[in-house]
Order: sequence, then C-alpha cells, then structure tokens
Amino acid sequence: MTDQNRFEEARRRFLKGAAGAATLAIAPGVILHQVARARPASQPASSENRWGMLIDTTKCSSGCDACVRGCQEYNGWGDNEVHSDAAQKAHWIRKVEVRNRQTGYTHSLPVMCQHCKYPPCVDVCPTGASMKRDDGIVLVDKHICIGCRYCMMACPYKARSFVHEELHDQLPTAPRGKGTVEACTLCVQRVDKDGPEAVPACAEACAAEGHNAILFGDMNDPNSKLSKALEKYGGTQIREDLGLDLGVRYLGI
Amino acid sequence: MTAKVHYREIVQSGTGFWGLLAFLGLLIALGLFAAYNMEHHGHWITGMNQQIVWGTPHVFAVFLIVAASGALNTASISSVFGKSVYKPLARVSAFLAISLLVGGLAVLVLDLGRPDRLIVAMTHYNFKSIFAWNIFLYTGFMAVVGLYLWWMMDPPWQRHYRIAGFFAFLWRIILTTGTGGIFGFLVARQAYDEAIMPPMFVIFSFAYGLAILILITMAAMKWTGRPMGEVILRRLKNLLGIFVASSMYFVIVYHLTKLYITAFHGVERFILLDGGVYTALFWIGQVLVGYLLPLAIVYHPTLGKSRTAVAWASVFVILGGLAQMYVTIIGGEAYPLVLFPGMEISSSYHDGVVAEYAPSLYEVLLGIGGIGIALIAMTLGMKHLKLLPESLEDAVVDPHAS
Repeated sequence: MTDQNRFEEARRRFLKGAAGAATLAIAPGVILHQVARARPASQPASSENRWGMLIDTTKCSSGCDACVRGCQEYNGWGDNEVHSDAAQKAHWIRKVEVRNRQTGYTHSLPVMCQHCKYPPCVDVCPTGASMKRDDGIVLVDKHICIGCRYCMMACPYKARSFVHEELHDQLPTAPRGKGTVEACTLCVQRVDKDGPEAVPACAEACAAEGHNAILFGDMNDPNSKLSKALEKYGGTQIREDLGLDLGVRYLGI
Repeated sequence: MTAKVHYREIVQSGTGFWGLLAFLGLLIALGLFAAYNMEHHGHWITGMNQQIVWGTPHVFAVFLIVAASGALNTASISSVFGKSVYKPLARVSAFLAISLLVGGLAVLVLDLGRPDRLIVAMTHYNFKSIFAWNIFLYTGFMAVVGLYLWWMMDPPWQRHYRIAGFFAFLWRIILTTGTGGIFGFLVARQAYDEAIMPPMFVIFSFAYGLAILILITMAAMKWTGRPMGEVILRRLKNLLGIFVASSMYFVIVYHLTKLYITAFHGVERFILLDGGVYTALFWIGQVLVGYLLPLAIVYHPTLGKSRTAVAWASVFVILGGLAQMYVTIIGGEAYPLVLFPGMEISSSYHDGVVAEYAPSLYEVLLGIGGIGIALIAMTLGMKHLKLLPESLEDAVVDPHAS
C-alpha cells in the first residue's frame, strides 16, 4: 500500500465519520421540527393555523369522481348503508356540475363542508355538538349530537348528512353513528398527524388520478403553498355573499 | 258588576268519556309505536332524507307548539287587556296552552335521531342556538302558565293572577317569535331568511290556538250538557275572523317581499305556480281552506250565527294551518339550495332539482300521537280540575249585554 493510498483511506474514513456525525447532529432537529409542526396529541388545535383547501376547477374533469371515492374509502361512508335509499345515504363530498345558462359554459367541482370561519351549523346547534376547532376545522362531536338536524337546515352547502340506520363494519379512524349528523372532517386525523404535510383523502385521490386539482394547506402561514397559490391566483368562495369566510376556496368558478 | 263564574270538574264518566279516553289512548299508542320503530330501525323507514331533513313530524310538532302559545290568547285578553267576556274561558285557555305544548314537544323529541340523549340537551347548551333558547322558553312557558293557572284557581292568590297573566302573555310572544325565528333566521334557504317570519308565526298562533279552543270549548260544553250562549260564540268567531284575516295579510306581505326581489323569483314560482303538491297545498289548503272559507263563514250574515258553521270554520283554520306548516317547512326544504346564483347546477346528489318526499305512515302516526297527548291531557284536566265554566250563557259571560 503506497503512502498515497493510505492517505486516501484515512481521508475517506474521516469524511464518513464527519458525515455520520453531521447526520446524527442534524437528524433529530429535522425530525423534531417535523413533529413540532405536526402538533403533539397533548396540545390542542391552535388558531395559529387555519387549515383549508384550494380547488382548481380548471383541472377538475366532469366525469371524474376520484375525490368522492377516495373520501368514501378513507372515511367509510356510502357502502355500508344497506337500508337507506339513494336520497337517504350520507354524502360527505359530491361532484357538482355547473352550467352558465346564457353562455353554456360548464365546469365541474367537488363540494364538501366548506369549513366556514362563521359556520351557521355551529350557530344553530343546541348542544354545541357542531363545533369549530381553533384551527378552523368544523366537526360534529358525535357524543353530544342529539340528531335534531337543525345544522342541516342551516348549512347553505348541503354539506351535512344524517345517518339513517344502524351501521356495521365501521372504520376505527372515522366512527359514525345512527341518528347523528356527520360531514367532511378535512381528514382531521391526517391533519393532526402530519400537520402542513397532510394530504386529505380527496386531494390524494385527485393527485393519483393525475389531476392535482386540490391543494391542502395552512391559510394562516404566508409561506405555505396554499397561501402562495391564493396570493397568486386569488380564489373564490361559493356564496361569498353570505360572508361566512370559507376554508375551501375555488379557482375557475 | 260582573256575574260570578262557577267552574266545575266534569262529573260525567259514562261510556262516552271512557270511549274518548280509549280513542285518544289509541292515538298515543300508535304514535309511540311509530316512535319506537323510527328509533329502533333509524330514520330510513320514514320518508325523510338528506334533503328533507325535517318531515311530517315537524309539521305536527311546530303546528302544536305554535297553536299552544295561541291557545293562551283568550286568557291573555281577559287578564291583560281586561276583556271580562273572555274570563270564563281563561282557565281552559291556559290549560290548553300547556297541553298543546306538551303534545308538540313530545313529537319533536321523539323525532330526534337520538331521543335517548334528551338529557344531553339539558346539560350542554350553545346559547346562540334558537333550539337552546327554546328549551328554556318551552319549560319556562309551562312554569309561567302553570303559575298563572294556579293563581287564577286558588282564592288566596287570585288577586295576583293578573301579574302572572301579564308575564305569561309576554313569554308567549317571545316563545312564538323564537319558533318563527327558527325559520326566519336561516340564511341557507330561499323560502326562509325573512324578518317577517317571527311576527307572522305569532299571528298564525292566534288563529290556530283560538280555532282549537273554540272546538274544544264547544265540544266540552255540549258533551257535559252545559249551556253556551250566543254572545261568547259571536265574540270568539269574530276574533277568529280577525286573526285569520291578519294571517292572510302577513302571508301576502311575505310573498310580495319575495316576489319583488328578483333573486327569490325561483322559489316564489315554485310555491305559487309549479311546485306540484306544495302549490296545491298553498292555494287549496292554506289559502282557500285556511283563510277564505273560514272568513266567508264567520262574516256571513246567516252562517256566522250557526254553531255548526263556526265549528267548521275552526276545523278549516286547523286544516289550513297544517297545510301552511307543510308548505313552509317541507316546501321550503324541497326547493333546491342556490349554490351558484344564475347558474344551472346538477349532481348525483339532488343538486338543482326539487327534493322528493312522501310522508311515511310512521311520521303521520307520530304526529297524530302528539295530538292524542295534547287532547288526553286536556280531557283529564277538564275532568279533574275546575277548568270548565258551569255555564257560558249570555248572562254569565256579559251581564251588560242583556
């Protein structure tokens, strides 16, 4: 072994060691940073975040219902209602076709709970079961929902569903209950686990289909992809005139 | 100088009385049977769905609750506004108010998705919700009217009953304002979202409650062989006419408001022109049967003097009231939500189309069960308490008239 070779070997050992040490030093920080952004289970949801979505309807195709199927699969609704007729089955998300009567221009978009900042469903709920978390996600506490359906009368988006029958084989991640009301949760389990990196089931399914029409993120974080997209392209709310300040925004409607 | 009014329990307890109790008991049993099935199986056995979330039970429940506050009116007119003519009916009026409210609330509660969680509604409150206000308004109404009734009936307290009567009157106005507000304060639906709805419900309540009071008084007086003179009948039917005409006036203003504003032309067209069963129920049920026929009867020179005709006028007001509730509640829900004003929308989930709904037998039975509860409470009340006057002859009702 020449001197040159010995030197080369020592240099490599040093570099390996240095790289390992650097990794050891940085990795916990990187991982902890991720965890911190994802909020530990012991911490309540914070108003520092406002989770929302931007749906680009120009990328949304009329025949496609991947988002609906993705939501159904992840949250377990639609298939396990065996007695309810089509009008009675739950719908957490649906595809709506919109046509301009004068011009004939049509477009297609998914409609789900719009996670209003000022939700009428929360206003009218007698027990407080219908509630908005500090981070803007509107949910139903199924333990204190009495099934009065006042929230369904109050929702301008028909986003809420009432469970008309006993359900079996429910998903542990998305418990549902006969006689109570439910709706899109913005895939809250994923949001609580992954924070800003979360991808709701509808957005995931849309991306898998190659459309990438749904962008999830934190509207309160000016550097989030969502905030940047909203800043660049704007974004419209359905029935903006109602002043409810929606968490779901659309492009091209 | 006023003649002393004597009140007496119903002493008769023959076949007619037991037959009536059995019939009303049957209605209640059918209602409970329906409620059991709806709770056991879930609401899929009803005609209600994700579009029509409040169905026929709400038509009966809201009608009974609105009529309850209106039934108190006769007592209020005598205690608050000092019209002594109505005093002999004040006790019946107050007791009927409580009975109707209990019947209506029973239907409302038994139609909940989780009636077993009623206790939750008593322990968790969101004070921005009109339903939460109602829990206090309804129980408070029963307490205030109960107190009013007690002070009217218990001699040591009688000098105070006008105070209780005044509070009961205020309470009932607030209560029905709340009931109308359930719809009037809803921004989501085209048929609602109108400030006129709470006062309109107050006026409706005057008519519905009085119509029920007239029928119950006529039946109770007749079946117990107690005399009823022309004076009280004339006053009651004239009052009914005023309330029905006022109801019609409010309905006209409500529709004119919607008709004037272009954004509401769609829903107006639906209710007034091409809404099928809702249009028919509006024109034939609410307007013809509920307003025009009773008005024609009570102000007709000869029919207005006939007891049978006045009874029919009251029946028509009640049927018209049920039609009005059906059009308001179910018609208001059946018209599609406007997500994109000016656009046509469609989906696999009934967007942009009129919602389909056919009431199921369970819903109707539950509603009728509520009527059974109200009437059995009233029957037992008149049987065991000194509610019904021994006589409603002209000399008793209005000594100055003769």
